Amino acid sequence: MVDFAVIGAGIVGSAIAWELSKYEADVVVLEKENDIALGATRANSGIIHAGYDPEPGTLAARYNVPGARMIPEIAADLDVHFRQTGSLVLAFSDRETQGLHALLARGQKNGVPGLQILSAEATRALEPRLSERVTASLYAPTAGIVNPWELALAFMETAIKNGVRLLLDAAVTGIGKEEDHYRLRTADGREVSTRFVINAAGAYADEVSALAAGKLFSITPTKGEYFLFDKSAGETVDRVIFCVPDELGKGVIIAPTVHGNLIVGPDAEPVADKDDTATDGARLAYVRSRALQVIPSLPFNDNIRNFAGLRAAADTDDFVIGFQAPGFFNVAGIKSPGLTAAPAIADDIPRRFAAAGYPLNRKAYWQGKRRIVRIRELPAEEKAAAIRANPAYGHIICRCETISEGEILDACRRGMKPVSLDGIKRRTGAGMGRCQGGFCGAGIVAILAGETGIDPLRICQDKAGSRLFAGRTKSAGGTDD
Amino acid sequence: MTETDLVIIGAGPAGMAAALAARARGVGRILVLERNGFYGGILNQCIHNGFGLHYFGEELTGPEYAERFSTELASAAVDVHLDTMVLSVSPDRQVEYIGPKTGYQVVSAKAVILATGCRERTRGQISIPGTRPAGVLTAGAAQRYVNLDGYQIGRRIIVLGSGDIGLIMARRLTLEGAEVVAVVELMPYSSGLTRNIRQCLDDFDIPLLLSHTITEIRGKHRVEQVTVAAVDADRKPLPGSETRFDVDTVLLSVGLIPENELAKGAGIELDPVTGGPIVSDRMETSVPGIFACGNAVQVHDLVDYVSAEGRRAGDHAADLLLNEPAAKEDLISLTATGDITYVVPQQIRQSSLSAGIDIFLRVKRPLPGGGVITVCADGTPILRFRRKHLNPGEMERLTLPHQVMSQQTAASFSISVEAP
Ligand SMILES: Cc1cc2nc3c(=O)[nH]c(=O)nc-3n(C[C@H](O)[C@H](O)[C@H](O)COP(=O)(O)OP(=O)(O)OC[C@H]3O[C@@H](n4cnc5c(N)ncnc54)[C@H](O)[C@@H]3O)c2cc1C
Ligand SMILES: Cc1cc2nc3c(=O)[nH]c(=O)nc-3n(C[C@H](O)[C@H](O)[C@H](O)COP(=O)(O)OP(=O)(O)OC[C@H]3O[C@@H](n4cnc5c(N)ncnc54)[C@H](O)[C@@H]3O)c2cc1C
Repeated sequence: MVDFAVIGAGIVGSAIAWELSKYEADVVVLEKENDIALGATRANSGIIHAGYDPEPGTLAARYNVPGARMIPEIAADLDVHFRQTGSLVLAFSDRETQGLHALLARGQKNGVPGLQILSAEATRALEPRLSERVTASLYAPTAGIVNPWELALAFMETAIKNGVRLLLDAAVTGIGKEEDHYRLRTADGREVSTRFVINAAGAYADEVSALAAGKLFSITPTKGEYFLFDKSAGETVDRVIFCVPDELGKGVIIAPTVHGNLIVGPDAEPVADKDDTATDGARLAYVRSRALQVIPSLPFNDNIRNFAGLRAAADTDDFVIGFQAPGFFNVAGIKSPGLTAAPAIADDIPRRFAAAGYPLNRKAYWQGKRRIVRIRELPAEEKAAAIRANPAYGHIICRCETISEGEILDACRRGMKPVSLDGIKRRTGAGMGRCQGGFCGAGIVAILAGETGIDPLRICQDKAGSRLFAGRTKSAGGTDD
Repeated sequence: MTETDLVIIGAGPAGMAAALAARARGVGRILVLERNGFYGGILNQCIHNGFGLHYFGEELTGPEYAERFSTELASAAVDVHLDTMVLSVSPDRQVEYIGPKTGYQVVSAKAVILATGCRERTRGQISIPGTRPAGVLTAGAAQRYVNLDGYQIGRRIIVLGSGDIGLIMARRLTLEGAEVVAVVELMPYSSGLTRNIRQCLDDFDIPLLLSHTITEIRGKHRVEQVTVAAVDADRKPLPGSETRFDVDTVLLSVGLIPENELAKGAGIELDPVTGGPIVSDRMETSVPGIFACGNAVQVHDLVDYVSAEGRRAGDHAADLLLNEPAAKEDLISLTATGDITYVVPQQIRQSSLSAGIDIFLRVKRPLPGGGVITVCADGTPILRFRRKHLNPGEMERLTLPHQVMSQQTAASFSISVEAP
């Protein structure tokens, strides 16, 4: 019997696992995929929102500003890329300028520090590539950018280091209520008995909730599609650029990423299938045309990747956070700004449980610091020293991003064993660059096979089933079938 | 920081030829840095025949061709570090590199030759919508998996783009027992060599769909289906022309781009059309003391020309190092116009005119009836070359003869092509 079972390992489940690992409690995380952070957490804008967007009084408003305040310190402790870039919301007409004042007022109510309306000139002085049609902007100094899956991985690795257990390929398909505990069953027949359940199953949180009770809320996904540009376009803007919503919708975001790329998107399209992350030519064309209105010189030739993510909004129109039954706690419908809010939500959980009569005790010893060797980011002398100490840091596997064998081995040895090329990519950046893994794929397959003992023929690109290879070639001893 | 005379980056055919040429001319300290664990660059994965007809007068495989040079290089007085990656080159020729054996180093060089080859365009660069399953890869990546690592990359395959690597892989995969259902090409003509269309597609009954493209890729975990559509004259898909193919693999052969990151970092001026550095007839870049050659300058289809270009870079680097520095002189520009896509070199030294000059160019569209290539000096025609057929997929080499060139006093040259 464990104390907590967290269902789902996106940013929310991972942040909760990290928070709970500070307490004397047995914690298990169940995740249905072969790795963590494969839901909304891996396909979003990666922005730490300052907090002027959510309606005052909502849960989204309550957790946004504190989340944004916590992230810089957490990123430093966990060695996660984060940059406090600030953001600008642009107006393109007098009416939209009024919209900025409404946002300013809302932001002030939500407690967002440092908000300021800027003139057209001041705006373009900050971001000279913006269209000359800009009439004014709202500047928010506390907004920033983060790599969302990196943050989730850092939370989970730190949680594991502090005693949390993670079960992968563990889709929860049944929940039974016993006298004083719950019994969770996974699709592959494993069982976990637990005093408390925390449902952080993202787009599927409505279904997980329904396994334990009747349907309390339902989630309809809204898809958003993106372009990701090569680093050569990374300095197009220094800050996160938003637009005031107009009759066509919210307008797209143009933002630098922490890795020096440029991200452009998303649009918004309600979809039926909770796994439908396909991109569509017409949708991408729309994103492109909206973005060109904001920055006419955007170099779409430098696009290296398109992708789509699913926002999991509940029909309650707000985050769903709280007990649905004694011991069963939902953290569901975590739409944007969920990435920003996650640490603040997690931080609140022990208090919520204490208030419900389940107090938790802090551990006397908790290891909260995480350090990662990243060869390309080290100053010359430290590079030299790192390679002297471990020559594998001098063996570059991913040429586009300068990622060494040593870094890939480290990633395999931090508590979770990645089983796919994309698992390595998310942990190290290898394969993220211009060639998108064309050069380093084979090298990474060899390292992964060596570290995990998995037959290279079974190594996947990404989720289970995304096999890379169909077999061996004839010359390598394969047969026709 | 250590010092050396010449650093050559890349030990593919271009870099190896450059090193041997510079050594033969008597350059003392030469350091070759190669990030692979072997010599020969891209040649190692090209196990098909077709290399060296011009250079050695016989048909070799890629690895055989590479070996002729690497054996010579191994016994020459040249330092070679394999598994060693160059991270940056500064405008004053400090070369920063790392490797498991060398560690982290910075070497200051009197001259540098960039011979870093090219890379492939990927799915993102052409933005094919749909899902992002496994089984979408570039033809060169497939070639590495199949030829170097012995993996079968799929069973039913469609190829997008008719570049040479795609054509060669269509044949290779067919021989491996896979079914290649089609090669799909956006343009109304192939960008591959005619001999490759014949030997790799026609001989195996693989259809080549010209003026078609892939408009969507579908599949949950692995590719399951692609949609192919015909395109109009503006290369826009024609609604209603879609066909679906059930395949598990999409190979992309949609173009190669010079590997130009180091050049950019050194502040070298690039040609927006070739994607490589602008070079003079001596393979000098815009930064003094830095030369470039091979696929790093322009994507070649014949290795023989790559070797020749490498040798030229090595020779001229040796000139710079061993002789009195050449007097400052004006560079005469050579510009592609009309139906010529690009020309290399883009600049000619005044003093080179007396020696005659080799130039390379590609045309923008096929001229099946052939064409006349005209070189003008300040707008006045000075030379004409007749070609029986001209194709964007086949690079043309011309020699501008010294008898004519040495007479020239023009400030600029241009080059154009007309159907006869
Ligand atoms: C297009 C888009 C842009 C966004 N931009 C931003 C932004 O810029 N800033 C910001 O703050 N927020 C942003 N968000 C919101 C943010 O991404 C989400 O709020 C956040 O990722 C939600 O995290 P999660 O952990 O709740 O969900 P997820 O990341 O989806 O995680 C849920 C996990 O539960 C697992 N799971 C599901 N069912 C089961 C089961 N039965 N058993 C076991 N495991 C299960 C899933 O596999 C998944 O790993 C954006 C969202 C989208 C879609
Ligand atoms: C798939 C394919 C098939 C071909 N088929 C034929 C054919 O049939 N017949 C024919 O005649 N020609 C063919 N060619 C053309 C010809 O072989 C190539 O153009 C030629 O090999 C290019 O030589 P290179 O030295 O310029 O580049 P490469 O061979 O690519 O060598 C560049 C080298 O530089 C190294 N390098 C790059 N960056 C760095 C760095 N930062 N630090 C250290 N090292 C670095 C690379 O690792 C590589 O080894 C083919 C080309 C390709 C790509």
